[in-house]
Amino acid sequence: MGRQIKFEIFRYNPQRKGDVPHMQTFTLEETQNMTLFIALNRLREEQDPSLIFDFCCRAGICGACAMVINGRPGLACQTKIKDQPSKITLLPLPVYKLVGDLAVDTGVWFREMYAKTESWVHTSKVFDPTKEEERMDNSIAEEIYELERCIECGCCVSACGTARLRDDFLGAAGLNRVARFVVDPRDERTDKDYYEVIGNDQGIFGCMGLLACEDVCPKGLPLQNQLGFLRRKMGITALKDIFKKK
Amino acid sequence: MQTYYSDLLVIGAGLAGERVACEAAQNGFKATCLSIVPARRSHSSAAQGGMQAALGNCAKGEGDCTDVHFIDTVKGSDWGCDQEVARLFADAAPIEMRRLAHWGVPWNRVVPGKSFYFKGGEKFEKYEKEENEGLITARSFGGTAKWRTCYTSDGTGHAVMCTMDNRCAQLGIDVFDKKEAISLIHDGDVCMGAVVRCLRTGELEVYLAKATAICTGGFGRIYKATTNAVICDGGGHIIAHDTGLVPLGNPESIQFHPTGIVPTDILVTEGCRGDGGTLLDCNEERFMHIYEPEKAELASRDVVSRRMTEHMRAGKGVKSPYGEHLWLDIRHLGDKHISTKLREVDEICHHFLGVDPRTELIPVRPTQHYTMAGLRTDKDGAVYGLKGLYSAGEAACWDMHGFNRLGGNSLAETVVAGGIIGAKIVEFLEGYETKFDTGCINSAVKKQQQRIHDLMHGRNGKLNVYDVRNEMQDALMKGCFVFRNQQGLEECVETLQGTLKKARKVGLVSDGIGPNHELAAALKLEGQVKLAMCIAQSALMRTESRGSHNREDYPERNDQDWLNRTLAYWREGADMPELSYEDTTPLFELPPGDRGYGGGKIIPADEKYVKERTVKSPVTEIGKKK
Repeated sequence: MGRQIKFEIFRYNPQRKGDVPHMQTFTLEETQNMTLFIALNRLREEQDPSLIFDFCCRAGICGACAMVINGRPGLACQTKIKDQPSKITLLPLPVYKLVGDLAVDTGVWFREMYAKTESWVHTSKVFDPTKEEERMDNSIAEEIYELERCIECGCCVSACGTARLRDDFLGAAGLNRVARFVVDPRDERTDKDYYEVIGNDQGIFGCMGLLACEDVCPKGLPLQNQLGFLRRKMGITALKDIFKKK
Repeated sequence: MQTYYSDLLVIGAGLAGERVACEAAQNGFKATCLSIVPARRSHSSAAQGGMQAALGNCAKGEGDCTDVHFIDTVKGSDWGCDQEVARLFADAAPIEMRRLAHWGVPWNRVVPGKSFYFKGGEKFEKYEKEENEGLITARSFGGTAKWRTCYTSDGTGHAVMCTMDNRCAQLGIDVFDKKEAISLIHDGDVCMGAVVRCLRTGELEVYLAKATAICTGGFGRIYKATTNAVICDGGGHIIAHDTGLVPLGNPESIQFHPTGIVPTDILVTEGCRGDGGTLLDCNEERFMHIYEPEKAELASRDVVSRRMTEHMRAGKGVKSPYGEHLWLDIRHLGDKHISTKLREVDEICHHFLGVDPRTELIPVRPTQHYTMAGLRTDKDGAVYGLKGLYSAGEAACWDMHGFNRLGGNSLAETVVAGGIIGAKIVEFLEGYETKFDTGCINSAVKKQQQRIHDLMHGRNGKLNVYDVRNEMQDALMKGCFVFRNQQGLEECVETLQGTLKKARKVGLVSDGIGPNHELAAALKLEGQVKLAMCIAQSALMRTESRGSHNREDYPERNDQDWLNRTLAYWREGADMPELSYEDTTPLFELPPGDRGYGGGKIIPADEKYVKERTVKSPVTEIGKKK
């Protein structure tokens, strides 16, 4: 027989009249190779079908199932029960609006971020279907891809001190997004254009350097490096601007 | 009730859906996309391999052209595809890849000079030409004659999805997430939009549009073991099929993969076996060589899946709390090989199983992987039966895959078909005005409100949603999986007839308020069982083996009787699907022949029939030579 695992799960359905946030306890017997994906689905199907949580790919690729697992933001799908103590506390990610129980609204947050950072290649060129593609150095293509590996799970933002204090902070995910376009030669925006977007407390100067974003990133992205890279670039841009005015 | 209006409503915001929406928006139409999850979480993003397009830039792709891509696709389909569609696809794919590059996809590029690659465990050398430096490169993938698969490292789907979603943001397309369409609105002739349940609040909303496109991916989740994301549950198929007017094309055409890990069915690559990994049974003994003395573990995908199933049926499966499975053993490949060449597999084992493949066995079983079946459309992507309704991507049976889909063709299809069908939708919208019948809208909404009310209050019965769903999944796994025969299929259909009755008698255990999952599952359950019955009944009727559809009792491919496509309708009030058939393809550029692997006898088609439909094409000559 496997361990009896006790789950302490945050419960609150904002759509239910009179519901108040509270913790609820469930118990489940551990089976071999059990992940939180298996466990939560079993709890919902066998014990309480009103339980609200999100999963999508269940393979660590889509980022849907981020939650706070024993105090630390992470992906539920790649959390193995055998690595956890016999009591597991589950809370929804902070910062994002609560949908219900463990599910939060990351979709709207990220959509706003795309709008703020104008998250697309800015180019004056027009696509010509009869022509050969524009050439690119493979190492640059790989560099762009490395920055595009973010799965928008939201862990970095919910672990971020600044994001907890000010809701207009772009967060590591947002700044990483800007860095992706800065290195892309197809994007014709200048450093000055980027400065308009991130040269402020909502952007690079809001970061307190607590490093939690990078600690909790399930894809292991070098988020602090990107922030440092942008700060340096934006710092130079700001200085240039000051000297120009003189 | 909130009502939204647009020119084009796209249900599903994966690659196909967003590509269709972009085409409409670029041409000045207002497009709205709905998605159960934020668009970038779509199952498209999980595809790692790449997209096939005959660019012919890299050394091993030299001499590639759209004709060869076309031939590979038709052969791969086991002559089950529509050749007009395969042609449209192969011709448009290179342009589409270049367009994606223009929009921002960081495709891997040609690096000139000497480099190495591995094939069947052996090391080979290749030289990339100086003059091709920086062009989009390709890798080898599946059953293709040339290296043709464009890729971005190990995350093609994810990277292309990011770019496509960026493009939508740029074009100002409304992409609403946590929205699930639960019914189409139509008057029997024309589709007007959909009734949608908001997965934030549980409230119903109405989305009206001149044209509606269903791009919701596959429906693997009606099987118990599937590599598909949990959102690939057939929601889009169900709302269209439920009208009674729209047929499913080739429901029996479902692809399986031999090695999904147990319990979560995440795929581990065929490379494991390619590099020398072996399959073991409950006694930790090899068995593939008994069935396939020559190729053993290296036999094709469908053959290995079949043999594994056969061996488990013979009582050699490993019992587990999640059902029976077998073992994949790569321990002997050693640390160096596993941590470099099979890094991805190593990570999957580590992250999702807690297994170290250097010292432990990996639990695997054959798993549903891809649905070639789908909403039957014509070559313009227009769904049969309702004006103004379209479908693209895995959700559709546009039919470039026939009975077997080639690796790299599915991900390419999403954007290539999305572009072609998007353009056809634009043509439709340009010449079309409509009136929305408020009576139709009201009655569609009322019907859904009533269904929800009945489920919440147990008016139809109190059967458990998840129990009934399990019964359906088990029935398919048992009788309609990699192996099929008359007895098994008859039993499967009979079981599912009982399951259908049960599906009509479910009631919620929970209160169903807000973003309740049990209600979402209950709302689609009857439709899922109907999909399952369409698969089983069509498989029972198709007395031949073609591509992934494998009948033990009819092992030959029978072109004489079965060079056709199944259309499965579900008429209102019926308890069984109604099957009819249409010609597989209006013309042959490549007349039926041997697909080149997997063996099997072919009963040839009537010569006159083939001759009358064969057109002159450069392909006929290339095809003969190969």
